Amino acid sequence: MNEEQHIDMQNIPQLTSDDFVSDQMVKWCPGCGDHAILKAMEKVFPQLGVRKEDFMVVSGIGCSSRFPYYMNTYGIHGIHGRAAAIASGVKIANPKLSVWMITGDGDSMAIGGNHFIHVVRRNIDINIVLFNNKIYGLTKGQYSPTTPKGSITKTSPQGTFDEPFNPGELIIGAQGKFYARAVDTNPKMMTEILVESAKHKGTSVVEILQNCVIFNNKVHALVTGRETKDDNQLLLEAGKPMIYGKNRDKGIVLKGTKLETVVIGENGVTEDDLLVHDPTTPDPGIHVMLSKMQVPEFPVALGIIRAVPADTYEDLMTESIKVAKQKSPFKCVDDLLMSGSTWEI
Amino acid sequence: MMDNTKKNPIVELDNVVLRFAGDSGDGMQLTGALFSDSAAFAGNDFATFPDYPAEIRAPQGTVAGVSGFQIHFGHTNIHTSGDLADVLVAMNPASLKATLKWTKPNATIIVDTDTFIEKGFLKAGYENNPLEDDTLNGFNVIKAPVSTMTKKAVEELDLDTKVALKSKNMFALGIVLYLFNRELDKTNAFFERKFKKNPIIVEANKRVLRAGYNFGENIEAISQTYNVQPAALEKGVYRNITGNIATAWGFLAAAEKSGLQLFLGSYPITPASEILQELTKYKEFDSKAFQAEDEIAGICSAIGASYTGSLALTTTSGPGLSLKSEAIGLAVMTELPLVIVDVQRGGPSTGLPTKSEQSDLMQALFGRNGEAPVIVVAAITSEDCFYSAFEASKLAVEHMTPVILLTDGALANGSEVFKIPKLSNLPKIIPPLAKANDENFKPYKRDAEKLNRMWAVPGTEGLRHRIGGLEKENISGNVSHDPLNHQLMTQIREEKVQRVANYIPEQHLIGADEGDLLVVSWGGTYGVMLTAVEKMQAEGKKISLAHFKYINPLPKNTAEIFKKFKRILVCELNNGQFVNYLRMKHPGFIYQQYNKIQGLPFMVSELEEKFISILNEQTS
Repeated sequence: MNEEQHIDMQNIPQLTSDDFVSDQMVKWCPGCGDHAILKAMEKVFPQLGVRKEDFMVVSGIGCSSRFPYYMNTYGIHGIHGRAAAIASGVKIANPKLSVWMITGDGDSMAIGGNHFIHVVRRNIDINIVLFNNKIYGLTKGQYSPTTPKGSITKTSPQGTFDEPFNPGELIIGAQGKFYARAVDTNPKMMTEILVESAKHKGTSVVEILQNCVIFNNKVHALVTGRETKDDNQLLLEAGKPMIYGKNRDKGIVLKGTKLETVVIGENGVTEDDLLVHDPTTPDPGIHVMLSKMQVPEFPVALGIIRAVPADTYEDLMTESIKVAKQKSPFKCVDDLLMSGSTWEI
Repeated sequence: MMDNTKKNPIVELDNVVLRFAGDSGDGMQLTGALFSDSAAFAGNDFATFPDYPAEIRAPQGTVAGVSGFQIHFGHTNIHTSGDLADVLVAMNPASLKATLKWTKPNATIIVDTDTFIEKGFLKAGYENNPLEDDTLNGFNVIKAPVSTMTKKAVEELDLDTKVALKSKNMFALGIVLYLFNRELDKTNAFFERKFKKNPIIVEANKRVLRAGYNFGENIEAISQTYNVQPAALEKGVYRNITGNIATAWGFLAAAEKSGLQLFLGSYPITPASEILQELTKYKEFDSKAFQAEDEIAGICSAIGASYTGSLALTTTSGPGLSLKSEAIGLAVMTELPLVIVDVQRGGPSTGLPTKSEQSDLMQALFGRNGEAPVIVVAAITSEDCFYSAFEASKLAVEHMTPVILLTDGALANGSEVFKIPKLSNLPKIIPPLAKANDENFKPYKRDAEKLNRMWAVPGTEGLRHRIGGLEKENISGNVSHDPLNHQLMTQIREEKVQRVANYIPEQHLIGADEGDLLVVSWGGTYGVMLTAVEKMQAEGKKISLAHFKYINPLPKNTAEIFKKFKRILVCELNNGQFVNYLRMKHPGFIYQQYNKIQGLPFMVSELEEKFISILNEQTS
């Protein structure tokens, strides 16, 4: 690593979104949710106090994975499912980089499921943006691991037989420390959440409910539609009671071991009865329940669902290198070669 | 020299093959390693061959569970671990059953008589006690009640019987050390280091070792002892090294010489795991070893690290190489430096995990989708694993390409004498790093000679760029589906690898540069090939050896060498992979082949037989 390449952090020039717009033609379908996510990312990067040369965007395969070509940073467009492994190598090798991994529900939940759960478990400081459109877009319309059970797709003409993954539940089950959810129709929300995810030290996963206009159009319509969104979105804020609804009169309570929806003012329910969001509690119980809420029974939870501080893999490795250097009798490889049992002729 | 009260005559020997065999829990590998250390201190040259089952503890007393360790040591230069044993230590009937066929007809056999009870020899597949029928006729059998004597040696220490019997391998070692007039102090020093925290175990091992030694001295069965004089090795400092350790250290040396941080992404697999284990130890050299969740993550993390400017490695064996195929293609397309070590074992599929073979050659050369050429180098000895790892790193970095380094299970676990080099004497490694704010930088602009692209590392100002698995436009590196560009890029990638021939040594020939028979071999069989060919040369046969280390590209003078021999015989531990590669690359010759696919190394004797039969065909 060339130290002088890293300039004084105090003297970082003010960056704008233009600094990150690449000269490559963006080839996503018109109306695809990816365009909005790209715009949000171009707004997020200048806010992070990181030199533009220190960003690294890594992806696998799929529509979303074309992303690195459209961001003017260092980047690798990898192979299917392996972005998490590539990004892990990048971050461990050079912890100074701000590493972003762009992936889809097929790339990270199916072919790359193993790498995905392990990067989360290790808590390597990588910002993962998971585009969840619940379908395979690039291969034209086969079902994915997040496609709702029974859905008719190109490879499930009688409806799917398999239970889908809930990404939040999977991430938290894999010892995930940061999980947030946003929708591609709300750029402000995406930007704020992505900035928070970047600030979080450790693996962060932001699931974006993204619309595939061609193969799964309106899959998230109940959650994102103008008419229905207020009654179907629960915007989580740390320390605030869980209130939602067009008239801000609905809320979430814990009854026994389950969440329930209530109407404030009905049956004597007041705001004080509602659950107050605590993303930092290490206990995963409520976070998993929030992740699993689905329409129409529940609103879909958006915002930062879980953000628990913990050691990162690369910091522990850096520390162990430091300790080894203090303790080791070896200054160079010659010392190692000459160590232990040797004899002279 | 020990005080030898019995004053048995001492017989001088040039070289000896010694084999320890016992249950896989009997500690034969350690016993062998300790004898190797004593051979090293006596100044002998040597080579070892550990031969153990895939199961950690196969059923006790069965032939399947036999673990062996063979050492060939001598006053002369030793290139192989030896064909047949001169001395066999058999800790139970099963180990006798399993190894007797690898023992010379007049060999000395030391047996633990306590294990030759009915239950024991029946389990091993003998109908009668082999110590009492004619099974061992002609052998010099030393019958030692090892278990009983071991218990007796430590009875004052009040140890549990089970614990006491754990050191019975040291009784056997004691007898052998007596047989070869070796001192006990080095072995005792080992006990003190190894069991530092447990003085009673140190004492137990010392007593048992001494008891074994004294037993050798006192019994009638040993009428003479042996001496093997030091070998005439070059001046220098030496150590004992296995191929896997040598590989790991070669990479550490390459990292230091190149000024790059070492990054290994790997997943444990027999027989390659020791390289990962070894590299996790030396963080003081800024080396980062990452144990990934699988083989694919191992190589993909290395590709990520390579992009950031690390000396990136991944280590595996055959099945793991299969899993890495797609990612090797990514490294070919992105033109990133990467060394992939394949410690070959018997295949296909899970195959023979603990046995050695050379059957991944075709996979290394061609096992990927699309046209995906890589450099292929094969280490030729355990010691050479150090230099091969170093050189593979140099080629990968300087030519910006993946390199597959083939070693094998026998090299990996086998050990030999290693003359310790000084890093200052190793060649420089110069990474082609792109300079900050270089206005002429283009991701796929190339060096005119080597055709490598430049390495533009994240963090460097003015060089932001994206690479990936989609076809690249020449020079700009942008995604391109242009038909003519694809043909051009395919040809450039191939040409880049072929030009490496300008940067590797010409093929070296052992023997005259013309003659009746050219023996061709590659990789880990060097020692045995050399021994067999030199033996025939000493007998006046017109035979030479071309042993290949550089497989792709082949050395430039390969065809020149082949031209001058009447016959060419290609010997390899597979069903004919290198020979078919040569038929493709240099079709103008008639190649004969000799193949062994038993998970075992060649024996000098079988090679000699083959050479003679070919030479005889020629004269008749």
